Amino acid sequence: MPTIEHNASSFEVDEDGFLLKGDDFNQDWVQYVQSVEGIPELTDEHKKVIDALQEYYKKNGIAPMVRILSKTTGFPLKRIYELFPSGPGKGACKMAGLPKPTGCV
Amino acid sequence: MAKHETPLLDQLESGPWPSFVSDIKRQAETKPECWDILGVLELSYEERITHWKHGGIVGVFGYGGGVVGRYVDLPKRFPGVEHFHTMRVNQPSSKYYTTKFLRQLSDLWEKHGSGMTNMHGSTGDIILLGCRTEELEPMFWDMTHEMNQDLGGSGSNLRTPANCLGQSRCEWSCYDTEEVCYNLTMHYQDELHRPAFPYKFKFKFSGCPNDCVSAIARSDVAVIGTWRDDIQIDQAAVKEYIAGNYPGNGGAHSGRDWGKFDIQKEVIDLCPTECMWMEDGELKIDNSECTRCMHCINVMPRALRPGKDKGATICVGAKAPILDGAQFATMIVPFMKIEKENDYEELIDFIEKIWDWWMVEGKNRERCGECMQRFGLPEFLRIMGLEPLPQHIKEPRSNPYVFWKEEEVPGGWERDVVEFRKKHAA
Repeated sequence: MPTIEHNASSFEVDEDGFLLKGDDFNQDWVQYVQSVEGIPELTDEHKKVIDALQEYYKKNGIAPMVRILSKTTGFPLKRIYELFPSGPGKGACKMAGLPKPTGCV
Repeated sequence: MAKHETPLLDQLESGPWPSFVSDIKRQAETKPECWDILGVLELSYEERITHWKHGGIVGVFGYGGGVVGRYVDLPKRFPGVEHFHTMRVNQPSSKYYTTKFLRQLSDLWEKHGSGMTNMHGSTGDIILLGCRTEELEPMFWDMTHEMNQDLGGSGSNLRTPANCLGQSRCEWSCYDTEEVCYNLTMHYQDELHRPAFPYKFKFKFSGCPNDCVSAIARSDVAVIGTWRDDIQIDQAAVKEYIAGNYPGNGGAHSGRDWGKFDIQKEVIDLCPTECMWMEDGELKIDNSECTRCMHCINVMPRALRPGKDKGATICVGAKAPILDGAQFATMIVPFMKIEKENDYEELIDFIEKIWDWWMVEGKNRERCGECMQRFGLPEFLRIMGLEPLPQHIKEPRSNPYVFWKEEEVPGGWERDVVEFRKKHAA
């Protein structure tokens, strides 16, 4: 599996660039994902989505459904795509250090 | 990319059917990574197990679906398929093409991908098989900018809608399936590209109950053409069939001698509702008893036609077995006019009612049909604002576990046991 070096941290990731170990998550990771996911500038809104995802994942062991993410953050799906061009799965979940979404994608 | 030995696959080059192995070998002459497709497939034939890794999340910016990521689990041995992503490309209604379009698309795919395709995926998309992550955006850019062509759907969203070829070349199509399919595809681009649903959702449009796109089995909302007046009969043509001048079923059974055409045996006796008979040399149909199964029309296409008052039956909730068993779609609206005049407003309202409910109530990865089962048909009809009809069921329930609403029962549910005991001592 590839290793990503960013600033002072190194991260083990899979082919899709998802963090293999959630514990590795730190601000360097956020900055790295920002650079590959087409996000020009990190805002509080990004942080709000990341926090919501991590909190939900910690509590439930899965990523929230899109609808629940919209509900907890107050951002409609359209806004989430504006923040994360790859969308909530490939963009936001990756940045939050959650495991890769699976199933019929 | 080296050529691999493929003794097992080579066996599939003999025989009369077009061989996918020969085709891939021909493609490999210009696209060497195709040798690795054959190599990894040969290995899977030997070991009887797939060599693709689990999952894969890739895509293009702005979309949450449309690309299915795939990686080989032996990238050193088969570098040509290290990345082997699939792009789903939204096909035109009923898959009519010009060679110009196909050449353009092929050229782009030769440039960015493996050149391998699947024409088409089961849902309808043009499937472009195999490209590397870094080629996704360039391919998408070229496709959208040069060809005005978009991706199809994948993930928990509206998948690419599909239709039978409808009025383009079929006399039985009761509405313009192609037009509806195209219009709804355009109308719901957002729902198609950006997954927002509990799970996948599919539309399919068939022009008549023959259902040439298998809408009833393969879509969450199946729009199946029908009519509600009388079957049009051309008695002179009926006589031609009886005389043996027109072949039954358009000659579909000409490969074998089934004897002379017998209208009694082949049409009248096979009518599921027995609503046909001959009288004074004329064919009669009691249309009030006809369930519009298409059989007589299928057998005598030159004599019988669907009625003139056309529309569609809407069925909801078909799905494959996972999780709780396969389902065909359930009839929900017996007849709906499907016309461009009102921009399919009635159909769109119907679809959005389902979504409004299912997006709130649906559990994660619960198909609309499963959600319907969980709530029950009476509740689903209530949500949809529809009156229950006898047509909604094949047969009434045989168990007596009937739910009543409190307001339907005199006195309601609030009862006092002390009151009861006044008449019935313990």
